[in-house]
Amino acid sequence: MTLKAAVVTFPGSNCDQDMHRAVQLMQWDLVKLWHGNALEEPVDLILIPGGFSYGDYLRCGALARFSPAMASVHEHARQGGGILGVCNGFQILCEAGLLPGALTRNAGLKFRCIWTHLRVEENSAPLAAGLQQGATIRIPIAHGEGNYQCHAEDLVRLREKGQIVFRYATPEGKVNEASNPNGSMDNIAGITDEAGRILGMMPHPERAMEDILGGTEGRRVFESIEMALARAGA
Amino acid sequence: MSDPVITPEVVEGHGLKPEEYRLILEILGREPSLTELGIFSVMWSEHCSYKNSKPLLRLLPTEGPSVLQGPGENAGVVAFGDQLAICFKMESHNHPSAVEPYQGAATGVGGILRDIFTMGARPVALVDALFFGEPGTPEVDRVVQGVVHGIADYGNCVGVPTIAGQVTFAPAFAGNPLVNAMAVGVMRQEDLTLAKARTPGSIVVYFGNATGRDGVHGATFASVELSEETMEQRSAVQVGDPFMGKKILEATLELIRSGAVEAIQDMGAAGLTCSGCEIAGRGRLGMKLDLDAVPQRARNMTPYEMMLSESQERMLAVIPPARVEEAMAILDKWEVNPAIVGEVTDDGLLTVYHGGEVCAKVPALKISAESPVYTRETERPESFPTEPFVPGGWTQSLDMEKALLDLLAHPTIASKAWIHEQYDTMVQTNTVLGPGAGAAVLRVEGSGHLLGISTGVDPLKVACDPYLGGQMAVAEAALNLWCVGAVPLGLTDNLNFGNPEKPSQFWYFKRAVEGIADISKAMGVPVTGGNVSLYNENPTGPIWPTPTVGMVGSVETPERLIRPGFKEPGEQIYALGTPASDLSGSWLSWLREEGRLPAPLAPPAGHPASLGPRMTRLVALLEEAIGQGLLASAQDVSEGGLAVAIAESILFAPKVLGASIFLQDPSLPLLFGEPGALVLVSVSPSRIDAWEYLLSCHPEVDMLELGVTTEKASLVVRSAMGGDRVKQVDLPVARLAKARGREPYPG
Repeated sequence: MTLKAAVVTFPGSNCDQDMHRAVQLMQWDLVKLWHGNALEEPVDLILIPGGFSYGDYLRCGALARFSPAMASVHEHARQGGGILGVCNGFQILCEAGLLPGALTRNAGLKFRCIWTHLRVEENSAPLAAGLQQGATIRIPIAHGEGNYQCHAEDLVRLREKGQIVFRYATPEGKVNEASNPNGSMDNIAGITDEAGRILGMMPHPERAMEDILGGTEGRRVFESIEMALARAGA
Repeated sequence: MSDPVITPEVVEGHGLKPEEYRLILEILGREPSLTELGIFSVMWSEHCSYKNSKPLLRLLPTEGPSVLQGPGENAGVVAFGDQLAICFKMESHNHPSAVEPYQGAATGVGGILRDIFTMGARPVALVDALFFGEPGTPEVDRVVQGVVHGIADYGNCVGVPTIAGQVTFAPAFAGNPLVNAMAVGVMRQEDLTLAKARTPGSIVVYFGNATGRDGVHGATFASVELSEETMEQRSAVQVGDPFMGKKILEATLELIRSGAVEAIQDMGAAGLTCSGCEIAGRGRLGMKLDLDAVPQRARNMTPYEMMLSESQERMLAVIPPARVEEAMAILDKWEVNPAIVGEVTDDGLLTVYHGGEVCAKVPALKISAESPVYTRETERPESFPTEPFVPGGWTQSLDMEKALLDLLAHPTIASKAWIHEQYDTMVQTNTVLGPGAGAAVLRVEGSGHLLGISTGVDPLKVACDPYLGGQMAVAEAALNLWCVGAVPLGLTDNLNFGNPEKPSQFWYFKRAVEGIADISKAMGVPVTGGNVSLYNENPTGPIWPTPTVGMVGSVETPERLIRPGFKEPGEQIYALGTPASDLSGSWLSWLREEGRLPAPLAPPAGHPASLGPRMTRLVALLEEAIGQGLLASAQDVSEGGLAVAIAESILFAPKVLGASIFLQDPSLPLLFGEPGALVLVSVSPSRIDAWEYLLSCHPEVDMLELGVTTEKASLVVRSAMGGDRVKQVDLPVARLAKARGREPYPG
């Protein structure tokens, strides 16, 4: 069974075409979803790409959540479908209430575009089950507002339920202040919802799919999602 | 119309000379209205008319087999294989960035992006050449941080990676920073769209942001010297809106792809006036514009303000009547507020209506293409040294280790990661080589080739000798491309100079353009467009003359790509080209001479003053070496000379390694001189035989064996002195890295 993935494009999305390419590299079926339309066919996965939806003029992702396509995203979530939000997509999922917490200005107050190392903290979520716990993967970030913050009780819950998938780490997998590029609480780089079917992450796995661009370890994120959804579909 | 009377003061206030006003009276056969005077003044500013530079720009070679569009349009276009083409241009936003660094730089990026997509190309890269005063004063720091932030915010939001460029710090730019932004786009050759009306009766459609009062007179502002008074003219600076920029980008490309566009141009400098005159003028046609139909952001705007507004993110398209409905649907989808504002006419006149009345009626072609042209006087400045440069006594007791570390730590030469990391360098997922070392390289889908992009200019050299310095700018950009395996296809030049009405300043301009023209011809690299920024002076004096060159090239196959840095221990290291025989024009001299320019430039002993012959010989050898895959690494030798190039090749290496250098003839000029047309290469032991054979076939290229790369992580330089080998430099790689990694703005 070939996985079918919809990529949402908002006005101001700018990683949508990169996400299209990632879907094609994974040999999945691609559905392009314009923000003004609702999803017309069932899909296995909805991908919300990075960018500056609506120019980020209010708060990152704050306006995108009112978009008609977001109604389809909510419906897809209710039915237990897979969702991946990357960078601005992660911000949109938080604003839409599908993931806890918020992404605030980087601690250094500057946009940062660098390669980072992520430690796979937990792999109990279905979407993360294909990742090896404790492994380190190398994926770039590019954001000005990726500083993850949430209430203390949310953080406790995230830990208890195994929702923290990625933490910024050193190349050796050590999680410390030096490896935190943006001041995120607990070095958090990516989390899931409680059911483990919605994954939000600031780093861009779709930018690490090909050797000529400097790395292929982003593929592991997509492969893990594929495993989870193929199993569900079978 | 209740316009004020046009007095000589009003004319002067518009930056028009009395003889220019007389020409206006002659063209119109009557007195102009105030709106018409405003139209003439912006169209005849240097920024729009090139009235001071036209005769010189004619010297530049603009033709070549790959050129699809040369100068005169919004951007140049060169073929990239059979199907695709590369569209590129560099443009300055200097004065706005001096007054309001953040908005000045951001709108510079927005403007150059529009120049690219209005031709039908999708922007794939942004490149910036920036020139600032030395860090450490609040004013300079404010400008640096504002400019970098402005570029980052606009480029990152629009989703175009900023992947190459250069940054120079020198006191001459303290009050007059330069922001030269280049954009590069990729298009199908059949999508090439010009800003030239073809059919009377076609409909003029406006879309993008509404027109406001911002930026009224920006083009005129760009063409005067900065003074305390002009620094207060903040209304002349526009405000950027990258979200709208992204929407009009997508809308324009979809519109062009639909085939519904007859002509299109963005509204940049001089806004509606410039776009209207140029679209009509190029087609030798006219245009009717109804200002009441133009979306407006402010109340009660006068026609004068609307015609001169430089509100950002606005486009003007000419659509055949039968396609208007289709075009409007595309523009509505992208929410870019389209409005029908006029039509193309056959009377050759730009006729502007406001409140039902004609407020301006001027000949479009005469205004846009037949501005007055001045041939300015040139005079070599009296202060310019005529005797050869002789460095001071510091050369006698120079500590070479300290000299190298000082150079690596100078902000001009040091790592720019603190800037580059603020740019999204990877969006669009085509970045093969990002910023930091020589040229950047992009994958171009569907071409089989890689695209190389570089810049070049060292204003210190141009200040020391505008002719040779101009040549070196082209040579540096070209060698940056060759060093990644790319063959140059074309160049764009952004000519930043002082007041052309001063003969000494015009001398620099003239000599630099002559230098660029001569070497471009010698190398066969066409100039496809560019931008002229004059009057770069403030009360403390003129800038260093800065002809920035942006260049694009093709890496024919991915196998030709050479990544930066030495690769493995055991590689042989060579200097290809003729090393310097003195320290003129070098950054080492500049840092040690306490403000004295190391001028004039002297070519290596026994060589002519022109760089052309040395460059063409060197490039012929490089082409063969790259074609045979002989080079493990290649690095252009520029600021800081061979010493810095060796250190950089160590630091750019994918693994930790060092180098051991042995010099038969230990001389400062050899290590620290900057002669141009010089590259550092390394060759792996397995290719040495083929390499030596190739060198033996090219005896016309000077070559110097320098040493070998080592497992030991240090840079060691030994010299022969009276039969002994004396160690002059022994620096651990960690110290080189620490010196070069200096960040002037921590946090």
